[in-house]
This record gives sequence, structure tokens and C-alpha cells, in this order.
Amino acid sequence: MEVRDGLFYTKEHEWVKIEGNKGTIGITEYATHTLGDITFVELPSIGTKISQFAHLGTVESVKAASDIFSPVSGKVISSNEKVVQSPEILNSSPYDDGWLVVIEMDNVEETKNLMNAQQYSEYIKNL
Amino acid sequence: MQLIFEKGREGRRGFKIQRSDVPVKATIPANLKRKTDNGLPEVSELDVVRHFTTLANKNFCVDTHFYPLGSCTMKYNPKFTEVVSRIKGFEDLHPLLPQLSGGGILTQGALELLYHMEQLLCEITGMDAFTMQPLAGAHGELTGTMLIAAYHRARGNKKRYILVPDSSHGTNPASAAIAGYEVIVIPSDETGVMDIDEYKKHLNKEVAGVMLTCPNTLGIFNPRIKEICNLAHSVDALMYYDGANLNAILGKLRPGDVGFDIVHLNLHKTFATPHGGGGPGAGPVGVKEHLSRYLPISKVVLRTDGTFFLDYNYPESIGYIAPFYGNFGVIVKAYAYILLLGKEGLIDVAEKAVLNANYVRSKLKKYYKLPYNRTCMHECVFSAEKQKEKGVSALDIAKYLIDKGIHPPTIYFPLIVREALMIEPTETESKETLDNFISAMIEAAKIAETNPERFADFPEKTPVSRPDEVKAAKDLNLRWRKE
Amino acid sequence: MNYTPHTEKEVKEMLAEIGVKSIDELFSDIPENLRARSFNIPQGKAEPEVVNHLRYLASRNSTALVYFIGAGFYQHYIPSVVDSIASLPEFYTAYTPYQPEASQGWLQAIYEYQTAICNLTDMDVANASLYDGGTALYEACMMAIRINGRKKIVVDEGVNLIYWTMIQCYISNLSLEVVKIPVKNFGVDRERLFQHMDENTSAVVLQNPNFFGCIDDYSDIVEYAHKKGIVVIESVYPISLGLIKTPGEMGVDIAVGEGQSLGIPLSFGGPYLGFMATRKEFVRKMPGRIIGKTVDRKGVDSYVMTLQAREQHIRREKATSNICSNEALCALRAVVYLSLLGKEGLQEIAQLNLDKAEFTRQQLEKIPHLRVFRDRPTFNEFPVILPESADVVVNKMIAKGFAAGFPLGRYYKGMNRCLLIAVTEQRTKEEIVKFAESMEAVLCS
Repeated sequence: MEVRDGLFYTKEHEWVKIEGNKGTIGITEYATHTLGDITFVELPSIGTKISQFAHLGTVESVKAASDIFSPVSGKVISSNEKVVQSPEILNSSPYDDGWLVVIEMDNVEETKNLMNAQQYSEYIKNL
Repeated sequence: MQLIFEKGREGRRGFKIQRSDVPVKATIPANLKRKTDNGLPEVSELDVVRHFTTLANKNFCVDTHFYPLGSCTMKYNPKFTEVVSRIKGFEDLHPLLPQLSGGGILTQGALELLYHMEQLLCEITGMDAFTMQPLAGAHGELTGTMLIAAYHRARGNKKRYILVPDSSHGTNPASAAIAGYEVIVIPSDETGVMDIDEYKKHLNKEVAGVMLTCPNTLGIFNPRIKEICNLAHSVDALMYYDGANLNAILGKLRPGDVGFDIVHLNLHKTFATPHGGGGPGAGPVGVKEHLSRYLPISKVVLRTDGTFFLDYNYPESIGYIAPFYGNFGVIVKAYAYILLLGKEGLIDVAEKAVLNANYVRSKLKKYYKLPYNRTCMHECVFSAEKQKEKGVSALDIAKYLIDKGIHPPTIYFPLIVREALMIEPTETESKETLDNFISAMIEAAKIAETNPERFADFPEKTPVSRPDEVKAAKDLNLRWRKE
Repeated sequence: MNYTPHTEKEVKEMLAEIGVKSIDELFSDIPENLRARSFNIPQGKAEPEVVNHLRYLASRNSTALVYFIGAGFYQHYIPSVVDSIASLPEFYTAYTPYQPEASQGWLQAIYEYQTAICNLTDMDVANASLYDGGTALYEACMMAIRINGRKKIVVDEGVNLIYWTMIQCYISNLSLEVVKIPVKNFGVDRERLFQHMDENTSAVVLQNPNFFGCIDDYSDIVEYAHKKGIVVIESVYPISLGLIKTPGEMGVDIAVGEGQSLGIPLSFGGPYLGFMATRKEFVRKMPGRIIGKTVDRKGVDSYVMTLQAREQHIRREKATSNICSNEALCALRAVVYLSLLGKEGLQEIAQLNLDKAEFTRQQLEKIPHLRVFRDRPTFNEFPVILPESADVVVNKMIAKGFAAGFPLGRYYKGMNRCLLIAVTEQRTKEEIVKFAESMEAVLCS
């Protein structure tokens, strides 16, 4: 189960990659593994303003439907159409091709509310 | 197999409609007329009969197969109940008749049936009043949570939460949410019942109610149930009994005696009305006296002259949760069933249901992990964990059973048991049916031990095997369209 | 004993296997002080006795009255084939089709039902059924709220009052607002309706034909609603769709209704059939079970329950609805009924209803002081205004052997002299003529 270094993680199994004031967001391999084959993804529209830990979208598999929560606050500036067309990408490439949205962040300091790779690894070990 | 829409020919007629006997040909203004094709089939009556009878032959059913589905109580559906529900005096009765002036007298038989049914259910459950309105178990649960809300509203209580155990049926938290409550899930302890310390920790003045099944979904009876009820009442929280498992306790225990304030029953489970491929059911709700004023209207009342009428004069009622008096056609069947069985018959139901489940438990515990190794009630829950180590899941075992002509038990419920197999034989099954099931389960365990890869092929005797559910959800095809 | 087959010998063997001496021991977890305080159920009876008792109860209900009453629930002819298919044990004693390999018959039947409802209403997708037309209407409102996140529902008064009352009951614990728009001359008051349709409105709820039997074209309301992001919900009478403009043709977003008229007996209030159909973009917001087509591991066409992730057994408190059991057997009756009638048959039945209602109106118009409502086109139901209380007239008509209609004063202020009369294809010319004659006799006495 991959937990990638350099990313920040939430308790709800989302990851965020920070580049300047932009955050690319996705869900972790732990999440996709638990959900099983992903059948549907719903993402917010461009321009949506979102707060940290607020509802961002939904991801569905045959056996479960899960809400996605945003690791950071900001404005959605890009969303991954490919993943909406082919949800299985989330299973095969959760950290790369399976990115969900890019957010222009309000406050880079917010990452202090998130876990780093090591902390997240510990967290999922104890679930 | 072709769909009914793909059969037939243009212009073919099925049912012969009577000719008009009135000298009128009415029209509708052009802008209000339908301009599209209604897309219905053009088939003959024989086409329809062959098509649907062939479809019927593709189904398992209780009349042909054993269905040890935990939490569903798939007992035999007595045929005479079908006959009585069809009697014209019941089947053709318009529900608005008693609401007409002078109409009550036209429906005395139906009103009497409803009234007596309520009385019987009160006695069976130890409650003071019943409503027959809820149209299914989940509908009854929703009614129950709305009664809880009405009670607290009347008392000016500020309540936010409903507590449910982690073993609860999904309809419990779903119903609580619709009534505006937040759900708090209480974990079970190592004996399989709700953890009393965790329960006490979460029970505070903001808790509106507690929803429990007893015995719980593991088939285990919680001996501290009275204490749980008392604790809830001490913070003015109401106790709700999910009656899905009533089959285990008929005549032995009554939720009303133990401290429950509200009860719902599933007539299509305990009271043998047929499951009909998913419905209709009926989920009557019983309450203690202090809640009867909130029950949905109308209520059937017996006058001193022996006649029945519908009373709508309950200003604190939650209103209408169904259009009329409930699924009357289902209620008739359950009523007939109760009259046939009577006191001794109902007690016998519980005794044989519990006997059958324990027999299965005892025979299978050498082969499957039994998470709670103790006497169960009317259902027992095994885990296929041991088999999963060899790569064989509860789902795989279920598919194997289909090949043996046995409907699988409930799988993956309750959520607190991994690879759960929930088995409820019911009391109407004979020892030889159980032995046949047990042999099949033992065989499955053996194959899992020696040849686990075989399971990927199961079922191999059915026309269809392991439909692709991922594809069904991704490439949604939910209706047929002409090309 | 009744349906438990155990012999004494078998019970002994089973107890021995379990390792207890008696069945009582199996109940030892229940302490004495919790045992049932009483269980005074009458002693069991034999089948003939129970059947006789039920026949007696049934005989105390009147089936002799000729029905001119509808108000949302209609006496249509149910072809024998519908009863015989619904009586097949492989349908009615089967369980919910969670195990697809054991239920392809049921799954295909429901897929066909979904298709039939879509074709009937001109919508894209339908679910596998809800309890009845009222709960379907409530579920449609909840669906609208899930779609646009707003909190106000606007309901036309022409929607069956029973359903309005049910919606109010269901939402009483949620922070939602429901507004009722009074009708104008038994039809939608567009001016008032539009006034209430704003950016806070989640959905507007209409019925066609409305409770008073009047038919309308709601396309203009749909257009107005869509400009403001409001979802349009229409409750529709299925038999009328043999002739009248469909929800799909009007651009409605969610079509629901009571399917009782599709081969389901009146049965004193239930079981009935709630149908729901919507546009494909809203499918994931739709509650209830849905059957989908797929292929199995060998590529064979097969059917499964799909989109279950939204349902209570998975999503629990976040489920789209708490519904579990539905009305599958009633849905089966409906698809068999619609298949039997077929394309032309449905049109003919609808025409018969229309013609007989018109004939009835013409007979009633001959009666002095009785006004037949003709300001709006109607289907098979229409209001008449009587010279005296409709309640009293209905009472007198019962003595003449007729359930003359629904007295609108029961539900609507100021309509005490209004009677809602329904005429289905079941009413013969003789019955209609006698009905009018009796009405005249009652009014002129």
C-alpha cells in the first residue's frame, strides 16, 4: 500500500501536493483499495470556493459511496475530466493520473492541520 | 432472453378492450394531447403469459428453495392467506368509503379487522396502541423516529442524537437521519452485545432515543436490556425496538414489558406474508400509552354500540404517513396467520426457530469461525475468515450454495463481523432440509481447504454466473430503448 | 403443529447435537423477570374456521355499491392474466434479488417495468418502485433538494391533498419550507405560482390531471422554473397517459405517481405502487432500488441491482432514502398489465374513460340546479356543483346503491356543494343513466 512522501494527508484519506500556492488533491491508495473498483466520481465545478475539510465531491464503487473532503481551503481552478470519464484510473494511479482537482490555496499554513507521509502511514496501520 | 418489448409484432393485440356502449366520442384539445409513442409492447396474451411464466421459472423462491437469509425470516407463506386477501369484500373496497357520510357502515368488516389486528399486536408485544399505517419495516422505523421527535417537541426537549449499535440494520440510522437526528454508533463488546460502558458514556441529555433489535442482528440476546431501557429513560430518551427479530421471542418476551416505548414489526417477516420479490410489506408500529396521542391518524375506534368508526380527532398526531390505513391486503394475511397459529402456535414458532438456528450453529462451528461462541437465538452469524485465508470469501461460498440449489444466507451483514454469513433457518424448515444445507456448507469448507481456486467458477450450474456489477454501475443501462 | 414439521424424535436428536436437555434451555439467556407478563392470544384455529371468520368480516363490507368515486384511486378492470402471473409462487414467494444468479426472472421483470414507466412518462430512467404515490412525491421533493441544495418546496393545491398532508408530515423535522398555492377555478393559478417561484425554491410540485380531474400543459411552468434553477415534479395518473401530454413532453424533471390503476386492486388502501422516473443526469440522486443490465463472467447478458451504494444497506445515515422493501409484486402487476394492454390498448382504455366521463356529464347536465364544471378540459374525473351539501347528497346516493363521488368540502374550504365524480371504463351505459336518474331524484326530493 503506497503512501507517497512529500504529500500531506487527511484522516479521511485525501492527499494534497503543494506547489507554491497551488494544491493538487486526490485520494490515497488505502481509500481506493477499501472502496474497490471505482465506478463514479463527482467533482466540483471550476471556481467553487471551498474550506478546509469541507465536502469536495463524491466517489462511488459498487460496495460503497464516499464523500471527499478538501484538505485545504481555496478556489477550484482545475478538475480532472479524464477521471470522471474513466473512474478506474483512480484505482490504477491514485497519486498521479488519478488526481482530482487543483486548488488555488487561501492559506498555505493550513498544512499544519494535516499529516505527513509518516504520520499517515502510522494512522492507517492502526485502523 | 428477449425482453417483452422485443417480442411481438406491430399491430399485434393482447387484451381485448370492451367496445364503447356510450354514444359519445370525446376529444382532448390538441395542445394537451400526447404526441409521442407510448412505447408499450405489441404482443398477444399468450406472448405475455409465456414470457412472464418463463421469467418466473428463473427464480429461486421459498416454495422451491431453502432460504436461510439472516434478518429476513424467509418462512413458508401459507396459501390460505392468499385466498382470504382476495375475497371481494376486501379486494374491491375503495379506501375512501369510510370517509363518506354514511360510508362507515359500508366498511365495518375491514375496520373490525384492523381494530382486532391492533389488539392482537398489542398483546403480542406488550404495547398499548398500534398504528397499521406504515407500509414497510423501514417506513415503520421512520414513523418511530418521527414519534420520538413529536414527543420531545411537545415536551420542549432539545434533543440531537439517536444511538444505534454498530450491528444495526442500515435502515435504522437512515430513518433517524430523515427525522432530523444525528446518529451516534455504539460499538459492541466482545460478547457481541452493545457495549454498556460505551453506551453510558454517550447517553446524555441530548439523546432523543435508542434504536435496538433484541435479539440483535448477531442473534444474541442482551440480558442487560432492562438496564439499558432504564438508563435511557433517566435522561428522557425513548427506547425503540426494531422488530425484525421478533420471530425469536414470540410468547417468551415482550418489548413493552422490558421497557421499550416504541416497536415496529415486519409483517412480511415474523407474520409470514410473502416477500413478493422485494415487496409489498407492512411495518405496523406500537407504542406505550404516553405516545399514543402522536400516532398517525386516522385511528379505528370501537363505539359502545359495537360499530367501528375512523377518528381523526387527534390534534397532536404526526399526521398521515401513508395515504390510508396501511397495506390492508398484507395486513389481512398476517391477521389470518395469527388466528390460525394462536397462542400455542406462535410460541412454537419461536421455539422451533431457535432450535433450528442452534442446530445449524452446533453442526457448523467446527468448520467456520463462530465469532461469538454461545447459544444463539433464531439466527447465527459465522465468519468465513478461515476460508478467506485461502482466498475464499463469504461471497464465494454463497455462489457455491446457489449451485447446490440453496439460496445463500445473508452475507456481509452485520458489518461488525468480517466475511459475515448470517443464517436464519426459520421454524418451517425440517431437519432434513437443515442437514442438506449443513452438508453443503461443510463441502464448501472442504473445497476451500483443498481446492480454493474452484470457487472462481461458482456458480457453474446456473444460466448466469457472477454478473459484472462494476460494469453495471459504470455503463448504466437501466432501461431498454428501441434502436 | 401447523407449519413446523419437527417430530418428537427429531427434536430429541437436535437437542442432543446442541448439547442441551430441552428447548427451554435455549432461552435461558432471557431472565425470568423479563419473561412475557401475559400472552393472551386466542387459541389457534384450523384453516376452515379462520377462512369462515374472514369471509364473515368481508361480508360486512359493501361491494354492491357502484363506484363513481376516484380521488386518486380508481376501479379499473384487472385482466385475469395479471392475477395469474402475480400468483406464481416463483414471483411472490421469492426474495429481493440481491443474489442475481438466483433471481434473473425478477430482475428482468423489474428492468422491463422500469422501461415501461420510462416509455409511459417519456423520461430517461425509472426506479424499481416506492411504496405509493404519496411517498414517491415526498421522495421526489427530497431528490430535488439533493439536486439544488435549496430549501423551499412550492406545491400546487391541485395536488392530491392526502399527498400534501403526507409531505408536511415527513418534513416536519427537517428545516424545510413548504408552500401551497391555492387553485383558481379548479386549475393552477400561474400568477400566484410564479410569484412564489424564486431563487430559494428547490422544486415546484404539480399534478396532471389534477385532483379535480383537470388536464393542463405545464410546459410554460417548466420553462419558467428552469430559468430559475427550480426542479419541476409532476404527479401523473398513468391511465391518462394513453392520451394526454406526458411529463417528458413538457420537460418535467421528475415524474411520479400512483400506479394502482395499472392492474392493482383498490384493497382498502394498499398495497399500492409508487413509481418514479427522471432525467438521466439525476439518476444518482434517485432513491430506491434500480435494476441494470450487464454481462456475466462468460459474457452472457444478465441483470443486477445496481447503484446500491446510495441505498441504506451501504450508505446508512447518508443514504438517499431509508427505503428497503418496495412494491415489487405490484410493479410486476403493472408491467404485465401494460404489456397486455399494449400500445393501442392503453390508448383505447384511456379513450373509453374519456368518453364515458363525457357521457356522464351530458346526463348530469340535464338535471336542474346541478352545474357540471366545463371551464377546463378534464380526463375521467370532474367536479359538479350541487344545489345542496355534497355530503348529504352522497349519503342519500348510498341508499340508492351508488358511491356518488368525493365531497370536496372534506378537503377544501368553501367547496361544500362540490362533488368530484370519477367514471372509468367499468361503468356501463345503464349504470350511468341510472346514476343520473338517482341523482335527479335525490336533488329534487
